[in-house]
Amino acid sequence: MNTVVLTKGVPDFREEQVSFDEDGHLERGKTPTVMNPNDRPALRAALQAKVRTGGTVSLMSMGPPGYEDVLREGMEDVYADDCYLLSDREMGAADTWATAMTVATGLQRLADSPDLVVAGFKTADGETGHTGPQTAYCLGWPLVTHVTSLDVDAAAGRLRAERLVDGDASEVETVEAPLPCFVVADPEFEPTYRTASHRLAHKDLRDATQQRARNLEDHLTVWDHEDLNLDPDYIGLDGSPTIVAGVDPIPKAPAERDATVVDGSRPSELEPVLSELTPYAAGD
Amino acid sequence: MTEHERYEAVVVGCGPGGAAAAAALARNGVETLVLERGVDAGSKNVSGGVIYAEESAPYTIESLFPGFREQATERPVTDNYIHNVAGDRVKTFDIGELHHHDTAWADSVLRRPMDSWLAERVHERTRETGGGLLTEIHVTGLLRENGEIVGVRTEELAPIEADLIVAADGVNSELARDAGLMDWDDPAEWFQGVKAVVDMDPAVLDDRFDIDPDEGEAHLFSGDLFDGVRGGGFLYTNRESLSIGTVFHLDSLADERAEPQELLDALLTHPLLAQWLGEEYREREYSAKLVPDSKKVAHESPHDDRLVLVGDAAGQMQAQGPIIKGMNHAVSAGALAAEAFADARSRGDPHRAGEFYERKLREEGVMAKLRPRSYDLVGRLSEIDAVDRVATAVADSALGRLGLRAAPGLLERAYNSPRLVAMVPDTGLPYVMLPTVIGEELGEAVDAESRVDPPELDERIGELTYDVGEPHIRLVDNSFGASGTAVTACPVSAKEFGGGCYRDERVRTNGHEEHLVSLDTQPCVECGTCAVVADTEWEHPAGGKGVDFDQG
Ligand SMILES: Cc1cc2nc3c(=O)[nH]c(=O)nc-3n(C[C@H](O)[C@H](O)[C@H](O)COP(=O)(O)OP(=O)(O)OC[C@H]3O[C@@H](n4cnc5c(N)ncnc54)[C@H](O)[C@@H]3O)c2cc1C
Ligand code: SF4
Repeated sequence: MNTVVLTKGVPDFREEQVSFDEDGHLERGKTPTVMNPNDRPALRAALQAKVRTGGTVSLMSMGPPGYEDVLREGMEDVYADDCYLLSDREMGAADTWATAMTVATGLQRLADSPDLVVAGFKTADGETGHTGPQTAYCLGWPLVTHVTSLDVDAAAGRLRAERLVDGDASEVETVEAPLPCFVVADPEFEPTYRTASHRLAHKDLRDATQQRARNLEDHLTVWDHEDLNLDPDYIGLDGSPTIVAGVDPIPKAPAERDATVVDGSRPSELEPVLSELTPYAAGD
Repeated sequence: MTEHERYEAVVVGCGPGGAAAAAALARNGVETLVLERGVDAGSKNVSGGVIYAEESAPYTIESLFPGFREQATERPVTDNYIHNVAGDRVKTFDIGELHHHDTAWADSVLRRPMDSWLAERVHERTRETGGGLLTEIHVTGLLRENGEIVGVRTEELAPIEADLIVAADGVNSELARDAGLMDWDDPAEWFQGVKAVVDMDPAVLDDRFDIDPDEGEAHLFSGDLFDGVRGGGFLYTNRESLSIGTVFHLDSLADERAEPQELLDALLTHPLLAQWLGEEYREREYSAKLVPDSKKVAHESPHDDRLVLVGDAAGQMQAQGPIIKGMNHAVSAGALAAEAFADARSRGDPHRAGEFYERKLREEGVMAKLRPRSYDLVGRLSEIDAVDRVATAVADSALGRLGLRAAPGLLERAYNSPRLVAMVPDTGLPYVMLPTVIGEELGEAVDAESRVDPPELDERIGELTYDVGEPHIRLVDNSFGASGTAVTACPVSAKEFGGGCYRDERVRTNGHEEHLVSLDTQPCVECGTCAVVADTEWEHPAGGKGVDFDQG
């Protein structure tokens, strides 16, 4: 069984890492690129499929050459067999539709056609959550989103998944779908390994992967638009039906608030606090 | 019948006993799965740490794991002393002869590095048989079908079936208790060991002990420095640290309401140790664990159905006087159990392994060391108070003292006699009285002052690593009468200390006051003490949870 995980590099939005200019715009050059945090559950889902059913896992990403580090990180996480980077100036500044077009073409270009493609839920920069479903649409495959647990029966050519209905954690449904299938892993996705043989297989894969990740170049394929036989008019900025008209920074919360320190052990000091709070208790 | 995952053999625990069993099983081509609950093998384990290779033993750790001494131990023990302490007076005997009796070699070890070294090899070898080693798996009990033991249940995995189940899960073995082969009832059957690993630059260490880097020392301490609690202390040299600790009879510790950490501090701050500890005292780790007394609990028939017990789980821990031998016996037993299974399997009757194992323990002389007949005869007898009182009175009398003074050479020889040492009774006489009188009569005052300021309990707990999960011990009876002893006997609790596991509390209800005990398992080092001295129920932490020793 062949599984492909789609992943993307995003700015590292963690404090100390991210950098904004005076107008509150992200400084891309000063902010490191990391793997989209929501892709990790997708990696875990793919790894689980590989451990339980064998086969291969490939990583695919569209982005600048600098994404190699993201792929390396992903490779170690998912114990991937190989990586594909779709990278080309013509692909730059793509919206989700143009990205989906490109990625779907990349997936179809693979020598061994995938049985399962897994993507993460929303990227930390765009936050649209469109790319996965649009890619499934381009492929014409069934799509299962908000997946929290996954069981693939490769021999029977189908999978069974638990998913959150409307992304709501309080309602879970179990669905079945034929392979090949496109799955979007929910951040709540938890892999389970309940047999010793699965855990041992997991351990074997880990040992083998560490070696591979060190020699990423040997396992990395880079494709440009010509390799994919894509018309530049349909990809990148030119192929994007939507554009980002502008970005309005959200004003910072006022840094200084008034604080009064109250000695809780003295009832006399607590009284004014109480009288301040009482009106709110009434719901005003 | 439910379909379970199956292996030929499942080994529970990867201490020396489990590692030896797994290596020997793999060598016989048995498909072997090893389940260890620590994040790493060794992360839950504590020993004093001298591992012996006995000349008479059927197996040694080096014979099963070539390269062990070279790569997994600290230093060979080349010199051995026992110090008889009375106040600041000390009389030292060289007990090299006792130490070397039947000893091919003996090395100091730290369990985290030692056990993880073993585990790596265990995984490689068992993987070749189709099995392997998994860490962070907590085996919770036995799997039974129609009342017969057929496998194990775990917290993390679906039940697993096997033709052989090796319980090498240590002193607090859940499997041995599930099978009803061991209990936790009588404090007189256990010792409690407490240890500090003290950081020391190797050059300084060599200098202070006046040894070469390929030499090491073992020092034992007894006498009046432990408030009359029966037991003793030890100091072993590692490559870049010292292991200093105490081992006490649990009944004595409980009866005296002694605080184990204070007794350890009494040793650490004794002027005799000043020469080695110097001014800068830095403790790497504080740890503790129960130790079974094989003389009383080594199971004569440690098996049931497909289950065999090895090592501490079977009570196979020999206290040969002051010398403690648990790891070596666990190794022998583990390998013998594997051999027994291979024999039974080749006869087409794998489920008779237990019976063969029992026979091998006897025929290879392991049982005779664990339960010496001389102790059964003499030890039991002199435990009768009257005999002890008389003997103690003689030793302490003018005549007795005169005798001691006249024959120090004889005494040193007595200490070096393995036969005498094996039948030493568990009374105050050999542990406290005799060493004290020897110290007083023959000893010289130590001309030094200790500058060691041992850390407080909260600092010791603070230095340990825990991954706290669900509370793993429940107090069944929280009255002080039933469980109060744990407040003092627990090595991470103390009477006036609120940050430990056990606390005593006085609760006023309806005009009368109740004396109760409360429990918070967060700082628990899983030593097992309170299972014996208090009324508790154990869950045990999940795989990878609880305390995580990094020295051991
Ligand atoms: C302070 C002290 C000093 C000592 N000094 C010495 C000495 O100098 N020389 C000597 O030879 N012996 C000494 N001993 C005794 C020695 O440590 C033990 O006898 C020896 O470790 C026993 O080995 P074992 O393999 O039976 O058990 P252990 O070494 O205790 O190993 C048991 C293993 O099983 C695992 N386990 C437990 N329960 C489960 C479960 N439910 N599921 C999965 N895994 C589980 C544990 O994590 C552990 O790895 C000392 C002990 C103490 C406490
Ligand atoms: S709570 Fe019990 S097991 Fe834990 S450290 Fe204290 S005595 Fe030992």
